[in-house]
Amino acid sequence: MLAALIGLALWQAVVSLAGTPPFILPGPARVAVALWVNRALIASHALTTITEVLLGLALGTLLGAATAVGLAASPLARSLARPALVFSQAVPVFALAPLLTLWLGYGLTAKVVMAVLIIFFPVTSAFLDGLMATPAGYLDLARCMGATPAGIMRRVRIPAALPSLASGLRLAAVYAPIGAVIGEWVGSSRGLGYLMLLANGRAKTDLMFAALLVLAVFTVALHAAVDRAARRLGEEARGG
Amino acid sequence: MRGIGVEVAGHAEIESAPLFGPLDVILAPGEWTCLLGPSGVGKSTVLRLIAGLPTGADFAGTVAASDGAPLAGRVAFMAQSDLLFPWLDVTGNVVLGARLRGAKPDLARAAALIDRVGLGAHAHKHPRRLSGGERQRVALARTLMEDRPVILLDEPFSALDAKTRAEMQELAAELLAGRTVLLVTHDPGEAARLGHAILVMTREGVSPAETPPAPPIRPVDDPATLAAQGRLYAMLREIA
Repeated sequence: MLAALIGLALWQAVVSLAGTPPFILPGPARVAVALWVNRALIASHALTTITEVLLGLALGTLLGAATAVGLAASPLARSLARPALVFSQAVPVFALAPLLTLWLGYGLTAKVVMAVLIIFFPVTSAFLDGLMATPAGYLDLARCMGATPAGIMRRVRIPAALPSLASGLRLAAVYAPIGAVIGEWVGSSRGLGYLMLLANGRAKTDLMFAALLVLAVFTVALHAAVDRAARRLGEEARGG
Repeated sequence: MRGIGVEVAGHAEIESAPLFGPLDVILAPGEWTCLLGPSGVGKSTVLRLIAGLPTGADFAGTVAASDGAPLAGRVAFMAQSDLLFPWLDVTGNVVLGARLRGAKPDLARAAALIDRVGLGAHAHKHPRRLSGGERQRVALARTLMEDRPVILLDEPFSALDAKTRAEMQELAAELLAGRTVLLVTHDPGEAARLGHAILVMTREGVSPAETPPAPPIRPVDDPATLAAQGRLYAMLREIA
């Protein structure tokens, strides 16, 4: 809180002392005014971005977790897919954004897919690491009890790996908004990313900062919420 | 279900270096056999062979039950680490076997066993709320829940303090009476207290040691038991 206040004071000081014109760097007061004046506009675009991010986060988590379980269950799938997974990370997801817009159009889908793509790898790889690191004693015990492979997966490997999935989710919460905004930059008529580009193009730098601020606050709030859920997941796995 | 004898005969190598044998370990039906020996001699390998678990060694020989039927599904094991699942409460851990096999657990029987090991008031606690001794009691209840004729104990009491260890030995001797038990241990005192038969294992094989005249479980301060403990110490020091 104090750090935020000091930051705001510094920002205002730079603007006042250097006398930068508002279209280069608006002061915090100006940004606050822009935020208030344009609140309805910003809110409607924010809603679009938030929808994209939440859908992307949910779908990406489901897809990533399901892929990790599939890979953990099958050594063959693992040996085939692991190099592909790593290779997919060598292609910058940013570079795919124009393609996605080309294929999926200017609407919501392209942005959700973008968010899914960007969080898929951290979720899959964190969860898979956890699924492959089940304590050997648990597996011995389960085998001795005559467990089925499905029983071992469901009742031993997945619960033991939930703390790893939680670390993947924490990363995903930060990456998902990046994916959605990149998608909006490349081609859209809605969302905070679009609003920022538009404001920037018209030298309405204060509006751009206001949109950026809303995006940042949303990302921090999303991260905090996911972090709480992830911590609960970890506590559950450790027995409260 | 009672009264199955088990015999392990053969020798084992790890990457072409001899691990043990040739040896012949015989577990008399319905009795406690204690397997004593220095670390790294392959005691746990013998236990894992009976349990049908991977050993990392190449074993040439036979593992057989006295009735000629396969051992799979008739063995339960307890390790030094309690191997309780932290995300399950005491009851959940005790009924784990049934759940892993996709069967409906007998909750009434589980509750009776949890009472039997003195944890009736803790049935819904998670393992991390329990002491080391209480956790091993849960592991014992889980082992009894499986109701197998052959019980393999891999140093299950060695991490406990002296008082708790003595109590656990007494509880286990009482509750596992009539089953064929193999106890792998480092502790000559434990072997002298609990064994109907005591085998000392070296790289060359196993040799039987003299057991005290009284039937197990013997009092900790029984002179004949203490004398047997002394003889076992001497045997172990000769090996080393």
